[in-house]
Amino acid sequence: MRNLRIYGPLGLYGIFLLLPFYWMVLTTFKSRQELLNTPNPFWIYHATFSHIVDLLTTTAYLQWFANTLFVAVASTVVSVFISYITAYAIIRLRFPGSEVVSTAIFLAYIVPPAILFIPLATVIIQLHWFDKLWALVPIYCTFLVPFCTWLLIGFLKNIPRELEEAARVDGASNLAILWRIIFPIAVPGLISAAIFSFTLSWNEYLYALVYMSSSYNKTVSVGMTTELIRGDVFQWGQLMAGALIGVLPAVLVYFFFVEYYVAGMSGSVKE
Amino acid sequence: MIQRSQLLSRLDSPRVLGYLLITPAAIILLGLLAYPLLLGVWLSLTSATLGKTGEFVGLQNYATILADPIFRGAVGYSVLYTVCAELGKLVLGLALALLLNQRFRGYRSARALMLLPWVAPTVLSALAWLWLLDPQFSALSWLLIQLHLIHSNIDFLGHPWSARFSLIVVNIWRGLPYFAIGYLAGLQSISKDLYEAAAIDGAGGWQAFRRITWPLLLPITTILVAFSSIFTLTDFQLIWTITRGGPTDATQVFTTLAYQRAITGGQLGEGAAIAISPIVFMVVLAFFVVRSVRDR
Repeated sequence: MRNLRIYGPLGLYGIFLLLPFYWMVLTTFKSRQELLNTPNPFWIYHATFSHIVDLLTTTAYLQWFANTLFVAVASTVVSVFISYITAYAIIRLRFPGSEVVSTAIFLAYIVPPAILFIPLATVIIQLHWFDKLWALVPIYCTFLVPFCTWLLIGFLKNIPRELEEAARVDGASNLAILWRIIFPIAVPGLISAAIFSFTLSWNEYLYALVYMSSSYNKTVSVGMTTELIRGDVFQWGQLMAGALIGVLPAVLVYFFFVEYYVAGMSGSVKE
Repeated sequence: MIQRSQLLSRLDSPRVLGYLLITPAAIILLGLLAYPLLLGVWLSLTSATLGKTGEFVGLQNYATILADPIFRGAVGYSVLYTVCAELGKLVLGLALALLLNQRFRGYRSARALMLLPWVAPTVLSALAWLWLLDPQFSALSWLLIQLHLIHSNIDFLGHPWSARFSLIVVNIWRGLPYFAIGYLAGLQSISKDLYEAAAIDGAGGWQAFRRITWPLLLPITTILVAFSSIFTLTDFQLIWTITRGGPTDATQVFTTLAYQRAITGGQLGEGAAIAISPIVFMVVLAFFVVRSVRDR
């Protein structure tokens, strides 16, 4: 009875929350004919790999995938590094104005890209960054750095001061404390920040849509929506194959580090 | 040598090192966030188009969009979309958190799976929804027909109200896990003693929820709703992928309209004015966020 009261509703949630993913898998492996005419759309009668093969051989999908991976990894590394030294400076060095900087970072965190993308476009054009893939790295830092800094501030606050005070008595400089003492302890926080950065960059759409124009520089989400959807004929097999492959990296990273992810999510509401 | 060590020790003083360490963040955030934000305000006061800087026109762009029925429709749907989606996410997310908070076998895998909609890239899962809501081949229509609830396929995205409703459901689908995890963290920090004391006093489950759980979850609710509202109000990915603001502008929101006017149509000034207008709502929401973060 108790089991039914938990697993029953949980099952309903499961169906609702996982349905689109089930649908992606089904469509990816269904034959073209079966996509349009089938006795039961929630099952596969004739499995095929042809959609995946078509996607990888007739479209620029692999290029988009490599682009997304490059941008996500590079902006994660850059923004976690910048955020760590910023958070350390705000929390531990207490220089004049650190309070103001901390508030400014928080406000930057709640500025959504949707109100920035038009004026930022004119800045990007002036800097000659338009349609340059690497330009997405500093652009993504505008939302990753505030987010990670905020997360790491919460994390560094909880590291006891005794450790660094002992090191300071031994004559260690602030910079040495930053690298040798605090950094190893901060690793779990840095992993949290890195996972969030990676999934947020992988998920980004608006900036890449507006600032990348040639097919060679597109990310997965942008390439799929601008080049695989043309006119009224939707290649659903290819589209769902692309969606499935595109979802995988974010989901794999997440499943590897699920505890860090949940801790970071809970931490960001508790701080 | 002496000079060098003097220089190093000066560099290491909290004041100098502090400013040095925040420099990279400051350059990025001032150059690519604060400056564009101000530039956006300026652009909205000019007649700029793609390729032309334009002239100062005062509040003319704002007067134009306020008189534009499409913009007013976009404001209306942005607010409706946000209010309905937030309510749905709050109720369904809290219910899921209460479910997950009971210890049971498979708790960890259930929690991990439930977060998937939040982790997966929105555009890609929105494409799966677009295919699920297809007018001709919708698997949802097929299911409803099999259950004898409807007779023929529903054109989910072809009619204004069903399209509006569908987008809200998809937004709830995506954001519900965020609320569930936030609430789960909140629930786990409530002391069990409170519930034991309430049980001794004869309080039932519903009373315990109303008198203990809900009041203690209120601060977290404010943060979750305010944060989520800011990003729901300025949502672009989901709506752009599924309806592009259609059918005939029925699901237009601030961001999709700003994109169409500025990027597709080249009217930078007008687009900037549309993109900035949700700030009115956001300032109110940001006030609540800042206040509740400070209270903690």
